[in-house]
This record gives sequence, structure tokens and C-alpha cells, in this order.
Amino acid sequence: MAFKRQIDRLPIIPADAKKQNVTCHFCIVGCGYHAYTWPVNKQGGTEPAQNIFKTDLSKQQYPETDAWYAPSMYNVVQQNGQDVHIVIKPDKDCEVNSGLGSIRGARMAELSYSRARATQQQRLTQPMVFRYGQMQPTSWDDALDLVARVTVAMIKEPGGEDNLFVSAFDHGGAGGGYENTWGTGKLYFQAMKVKNIRIHNRPAYNSEVHATRDMGVGELNNCYEDAELCDTIVAVGTNAYETQTNYFLNHWVPNLRGTSADKKKQQLPGEAYPPARVIIVDPRRTSTVAACETEAGKDRVLHLAIESGTDMVLLNALLTYIAEKGWQDKAFISASTNDFDKVVAANKTSIADAAAITGLKPEDIVKAATWIAEPKDGKRRRTMFCYEKGLIWGNDNYRTNAAIVNVALATGNIGRPGGGCVRMGGHQEGYSRPSDAHVGKPAAYVDKLLLEGKGGVHHIWACDHYKTTLNAHKFKQTYKKRTDMVKDAMNAVPAGDKPALVAAIVDAIKKGGLFAVDVDIVPTKIGEACQVWLPAATSGEMNLTSMNGERRMRLTERYMDPPGESMPDALIAARIANNMERVLRELGDAKYADQFKGFDWKTEEDAFMDGYNKHEKGGEFVTYERLRAMGTNGFQEPATAFKDGKIVGTKRLYADGKFGGKDGKATFMEAKWRGLQAPGKEEQKKKFKYLVNNGRTNHVWQSAYLDQDNEFLMDRWPYPFIEMNPDDMKELKVAQGDLVEIFNDDGSTQAMVYPTPTAKKGHTFMLFAYPTGVQGNVINAGTNELILPNYKQTWANIRKLAAAPAGVRHLSFKSQEYKA
Amino acid sequence: MKGCDKLIDVGRRQFLSRGVLATAGAAATAVLPGQAVAKPNPARVEYPSNRLANVSQLKPNTPMDVSYPDKDSPGILIKLGARVVGGAGPDGDIVAFSTLCPHKGFPLNYAAADKTLNCPGHYSRFDCEKGGLQIMGQATQNLPQFTLRVAANGDIFAEGVDELIYGRLSNVL
Repeated sequence: MAFKRQIDRLPIIPADAKKQNVTCHFCIVGCGYHAYTWPVNKQGGTEPAQNIFKTDLSKQQYPETDAWYAPSMYNVVQQNGQDVHIVIKPDKDCEVNSGLGSIRGARMAELSYSRARATQQQRLTQPMVFRYGQMQPTSWDDALDLVARVTVAMIKEPGGEDNLFVSAFDHGGAGGGYENTWGTGKLYFQAMKVKNIRIHNRPAYNSEVHATRDMGVGELNNCYEDAELCDTIVAVGTNAYETQTNYFLNHWVPNLRGTSADKKKQQLPGEAYPPARVIIVDPRRTSTVAACETEAGKDRVLHLAIESGTDMVLLNALLTYIAEKGWQDKAFISASTNDFDKVVAANKTSIADAAAITGLKPEDIVKAATWIAEPKDGKRRRTMFCYEKGLIWGNDNYRTNAAIVNVALATGNIGRPGGGCVRMGGHQEGYSRPSDAHVGKPAAYVDKLLLEGKGGVHHIWACDHYKTTLNAHKFKQTYKKRTDMVKDAMNAVPAGDKPALVAAIVDAIKKGGLFAVDVDIVPTKIGEACQVWLPAATSGEMNLTSMNGERRMRLTERYMDPPGESMPDALIAARIANNMERVLRELGDAKYADQFKGFDWKTEEDAFMDGYNKHEKGGEFVTYERLRAMGTNGFQEPATAFKDGKIVGTKRLYADGKFGGKDGKATFMEAKWRGLQAPGKEEQKKKFKYLVNNGRTNHVWQSAYLDQDNEFLMDRWPYPFIEMNPDDMKELKVAQGDLVEIFNDDGSTQAMVYPTPTAKKGHTFMLFAYPTGVQGNVINAGTNELILPNYKQTWANIRKLAAAPAGVRHLSFKSQEYKA
Repeated sequence: MKGCDKLIDVGRRQFLSRGVLATAGAAATAVLPGQAVAKPNPARVEYPSNRLANVSQLKPNTPMDVSYPDKDSPGILIKLGARVVGGAGPDGDIVAFSTLCPHKGFPLNYAAADKTLNCPGHYSRFDCEKGGLQIMGQATQNLPQFTLRVAANGDIFAEGVDELIYGRLSNVL
């Protein structure tokens, strides 16, 4: 049977409950919520005067009511040391989600740390060090002293700061945010100049969307409302229903349904408003395709199920066809761009050639070009372009990224209503750091260096290479060996003899060992190898600022206590800096110690004022107090003024036709097809039978670190799924729910078979980065020239491991597609 | 649907009688001067036992509209035609679910082809053969299922719900 909570009623929010602003900390969309809290010995009642909704709750409420919350939106947490009831429910007045909650965000309360209700008991509550053969609790002072002493010892060895390797989040939402990126950034890029650093989901410190930036076009340049205003949406390698759920439901669907027509007439007078169309480029039929067909009808949805990794060819063919037809926006190109003619010539791709490479029908490519750019009643068609990991983590990503921006620029669709050429995003953003110029381009391939025995100390901030890297199988084997060397050395000396302990660690490092410090909110897979764990607080346990996919910045207020002794990352970074400064002074190196000054922050707000407020564009207009007043709608970055008690933001970038190039223009970029670009891909494709396409899923998305301790979620996905065509299943003699091994020369992993009749034969799709089966194990080490991983194009063989275990027999394996 | 109104009346009577008992209890203990007195409420709501239909009325894979625990909480009763875990009746294949989507309360539609309940609001799908497991969608709970008891004469009674029903903070209002 499916998991049921057996909850038949919930405490009612009293009329005088405390109300605080919350932005969902999981995905990029950043839906607005409110946290309501009240003393644990009080409750509201059903009479209108007794509850926050001023509603008679003794009656059944209507669909979409504000006066209801699910059991997952309720919990008992601590506030200033006292137990309080908490309800975290979607805000109907937030423009992002208009009261919608997704299967992820609407579980924020249930995914909070509660001793009273035993939720998220996995959370780290105190510093832990490896002592007497296991991880043991200790004090902050003791743990930080050890981290500082070993780190200082190693950066004073030959190689200096290059001996310190860092893996750090660079984003917003949980495990990030402006406060925390500034805290870590100031430590590693200002106090030190660490260059062996990587980001949470890739093996180097680099942009995933380098090309668009190099072209002078920031990747988050429109607003969510543009999806309501456009004539056509072009979605490449993105599955919005599942991974930007409320952006899709609240902004795409109204356009597909026709309910945004009034908005179009009001904001875009004097033009035609044809029913909206959508073009989805994805080798797989996703639930987004099904939902779009439901709303718009099949004749207005064009699903281009291309051969995996050939997006660039399609995009170049679209550019070529549009230019041949003369559908480009000549005035815009002339005023705001460089190199149009040159790039059209360089990227020239015929429809026939594109059809041959992409496997698409020629007429479908022509149809796509027509939907994108054919003028409507003599006026420019408004087309919004969006892309995500299917492109970003796909073949030859830099050039493919350029190819989509080329089409958007050519059709004048950036900086205008109903336009944009944007990444859809994963997590929210929240980057505020001193310059990273010293890291260089291409950046160091950190995981490869670690495999080669480089680096002596590894600081890890909310990253888990074991789950989210390529070549993960080999990485884990080597990483364990290297960290075990240090653990064995630590075991050989009494922990209380700090000088002897540090000497033993340094000696083991010199022999190839690795000292690893894991800063996180939960125990991680890579954490199992580390010698120190430092417990961090997450969003809502601290004040945290981030921006969403339309640059909408909000403050999530601290609505509960962090578990145990855990602290905001920004303050952990500051305390590491304080301790390194102290140790350097003890060693008599006052000059070096002085570099670690400026970390006297007491609160996360101190870090925010030191970082974002002082350093970011428009930051001087932004304070916690002002953000609090801006509520869940916040403002869209960059801020341009503070006027009439409000922060004034920027709805769309480049609305004035001025782009980010040095000459104020955007520049078209060459993108020549060169087949499967990353080393090893072509060979893997030839040798192994099944494409192991991979990505995320609706139920668990930017939330796995908490979901791994959530009954509702783990009941649904005890193992990662692998979607397979039923004919492939027959050949492999496997049934639904069977555990299979996916294996190739790079590694092996496991997944649970999910029959998928819409999957092409030979094409599988596996859930990425799942704790009980890591897809990265079978991704080879090859990257592009900027060290961007190519996770999507992976091939492997498959064999049965076990018949469906008892733990999956209650599951449903029916189609996930909605049908009207 | 025939018979339904009567069943709702049963529920109402039970609800009322419980209310009377609670009031009486409060009165009996309200003799201690100067102290607030807690009402002896049970820990869980008390579900009415409502007759939904008789087994003989059900056709395989054809849903029958019902409501439980009261007329404002619509649901369906289905004889699936194949035994399922949690199924009631002689063939172990009778189940009943709330048809208010636990995401935003839109009415769910039954798809006989794959025995699922589907939400036109935000595309959630629930498997009636798997205890209402959410196959895909945005609810944060699986579909509330009505607990059934089948009497010797084939009468089917609903006597409980295993998740919170959309639009009410107490399953029994």
C-alpha cells in the first residue's frame, strides 16, 4: 500500500499567529510562502474570529482555497528554544506561484528539523571529528582548531594555497544564498587565492553558460510573465512541469490555455494574438509534453525528439532558414549586435543536413522555424527561448549554448516583452564573491587532480561528489583510499595531543593522503570519507537572501532555530578565518594572518552588509529591513533605486537594447558541428547498447538531501528509476520494478525498471544524482574544453540484478503522463 | 446516487450525538471553582459508519459516485475487477477514494483504461490499484482512501479515511 500519514485533523492557525516571509529553498522558481508559528499549547478554532483565515472552518472549503493546508505543511519546531506549531503554506499573493505549492515546496514544514515529531533527525547538530576509529561529537573550538591547524600547515608547505582544494556551492536557496557565498568567497578568494576550487555539481569552477555570457547576454534576462505574453515558447532540454513546476503552471499554462489574452491586449496593444504554441526539443517524451498537449492541443505543440546531443545542428538550421527567409529582426541586429552575417555564413546548415543528423523530419524543422520567426500580420513574432540541462549538460555545450542565443538574437527576442533567452535553472541564484579571476579559464579539473593524488586538504561546502560528479565510481574508490590514509594516521596518535595529531595528519598527506572537512546540514556520501563534519544551518533557520529565475530577490526570514549547535555557513567561514588568523599569528606570520582580518561578523546580516550591500550592482539599495517590507514578491535584480519605501528593480535586462559586450552590443558566435565532442563519448556509444539519458524528476528535485529522510518520498522512490522501452525489457528479461545494473568501462550502478512505452528502443532515462543509485558512476571523465561535464550522452549495457524487491511491490508503474 | 442522502443523515446523527455527549461531559466536571476545565475530546475524529452501496450494485471497473464522511466530501466506490492490497469484499477488489485532489481540491476524473484518478487542474495522477499512490503530480500526500467494511449481506460501509481530505482541517466537520 502507498504510504499514508493517518492524520485526520490538524491544529488550526490562530488569528494572532506570527507570520514571516519564506521563499521556497528548493528549486530556481522560488515560490512565495509564509511561515505561521504559534505557541505549542495554543490553537485556533473553526469560528472565523478564532483563525488566521477569518473563515468558518467547520465547512468544506472550495478548490484553491487559502484556508487549508496539508499535513506536510505542518510541524512542531523550536523558536528561541521553545516548541511552537508551524505551518508553511504557499502565498496566494506571490506573483511567482499565486498560492500554488509543488510536491517539493509544500513539504518544507515536514522537511524541517523537529525533535517533537522526529522529522529530519538525520540533521547534523554538532561538530564531529574522526577520533578513536569513528566520528565523534566535539566542540566548535576543538573542531575549528584542528581544521585551522591542518589547513595552515598545508598552505605553508611548498605549493602554498594550491594545496587547499575547495568544493563550494555558488548558488542561492538552501546550501547557498548571498550571505553564504560571500562568506566562503571572502575566505577563499580574498583572504586566500584558492584556485583548485569546484562547484557543487561539476568538477571545476566555471560557468555552465559561458557562451551566452561571452556573447554579452546574461542568462537570466527575462521575467516569468514573458511566458504569458509570447506567441511561441521554445524549450530545449528542459522539463518545466517537473522541475520548474509553478513557473510552468502559473505562467506557461495560462498562455497555452488562452487565459493570458487580456494581459497581452493590455501590455502589447496593436498586434495579433495568435493562440500560443510551444516547441519542445527533447529526445524523450516528458510529462511537460503531455501537459502542453492537454492545454494547447496537439496541433500547437511540436515535440522534436532529436537524436541525443544534436541540438546545435537543429539550432543552426533554424538560424539558417530564418535568415534565408529574411525573418530576422534587421533593425535590432543592426543597432544591438555584431557579426550576424559572419555567423550565419559560418553556421550555415541546410534543413536536409539537419534532418539527417538530428533524425527529425525536414518539415518539422521548417515548422519550428516558422513558429519561431514567421511575422504575424507583418509584425515580429514574440518567441521566448529557454533551455536547461539537456543543453547545458549535453554535447558540446559551449557552442550549443551559443547556437540558441544566436537564434534568439536574430529574431530580436531578448530584452522585449514575450521574449528572452534564458536558462530555466536548477536551484536559485545567490552569488556574491570577490573576483575569481585568479582561477583562470579553463578552470582546474578538480576531481581529476584529486584522482591524481593532488591536494592535501579538502574543504567541502554542501557538495557531494559521490552523487553529483562524472566518473563517480573511480572518484569514490580513490577518494576513500586517500582519506583512509589520514584516518589511519589519526588513529595512531592520541587525539588529545594536538601537535602530534597535526603532525601525523600532515605526514599522511605527504604520503598521498587527504584531510577532508565536510560542512553540511546532513550526513553526505562524501562525508563518510571525511575526518571533520561541521554542522550548518539552512534557510529559515537563518535569514537568507537569494534570487529566482527572473532575478527576483527575497529574504527568507529566520522562522525557527537551527538544530543543535549548527550555524549559518557564512559564520562557519568566518570562524574558520578567525582560527586561521590565530594559528598564523601563533606561528609568527603576522603578515599572512592579517589577510584573514575582516571576519568579525556576529550574524548573517553582517555578512550580507559586508558582501551584497557593498559589492553587488544596486546592492546599496538593499537591506534586510527593506527586503522584509517587500515580502514574498521582493524585487527583480538589479536594484536601481529606493523610492517611496520600495526597492525599485529591473523587470527585464537589455530592455534598452544595450547588451553586456564592451561596445554595449551582443555578439553572434560561431558554433560548428563536430559530432560527439567530449573525449570517450563516441567510443562509448559504439561499444555499449543503451543510451543512458538522465535527469531529474518531479517528486524529488533540489530536495534529495532532505527527501532521503522523508517517508512519503522514499516510499515512492526507494531506488532511482530507469525508464525502458518494453521491447528492451523483453530482450533483457526484466519486469517492472526489477533492479538492474547499468555498467560500462567507467563504472556501474543500479536502478529500478520503469516500463515506458513512449521511450525509443535502445533509449533509457535514469534518475540523476540519487542516493541509492548514482548515475554518475557510468559517466566517463571526458569534458568540454572549459571542463563542463557532459552527463547526458552516456551509453552502457544493462543486466538484471534482482527481481523486484518487496520494497517496490507497492509501487505504481503506470504512465506518468496526464491524459485529458 | 440512490441511498446516499440517507447515509449522510446517519453521519449527521452520529456527529450530533457525539456533540451532545461532549457537552454533557463538560457540564459534569464543571464543578471545580476557579479552574478552566479541559473537554475530554478523543485523540482522533470519530468516523461515522455510512452505508455506501451493496456489492450487487457494483459493476467491474465502473465507478459509483459516493460521499464520505458527509455529502460535502465526494468520492468514488469502484470494484476494480482484480484483487488489490487494501481491497474489500468477497473478491478483495472494492476500494473507495476521495475525489478532491489533495493538491488544490479540483475534482478528479476516473480513467477506466488504467484505473487511475486524474486531476485536470495540475495533471496529478493517482493509482486506484495501489492505494491511491500519486503516480505523478503536485499533491504532497497520496490520495485519501475510505476504509471499507462489507457486511454479510453485501452492504458496503465506509468507516474511516487514511489521509486528510482536501478543504477541511478535520476529516469529520
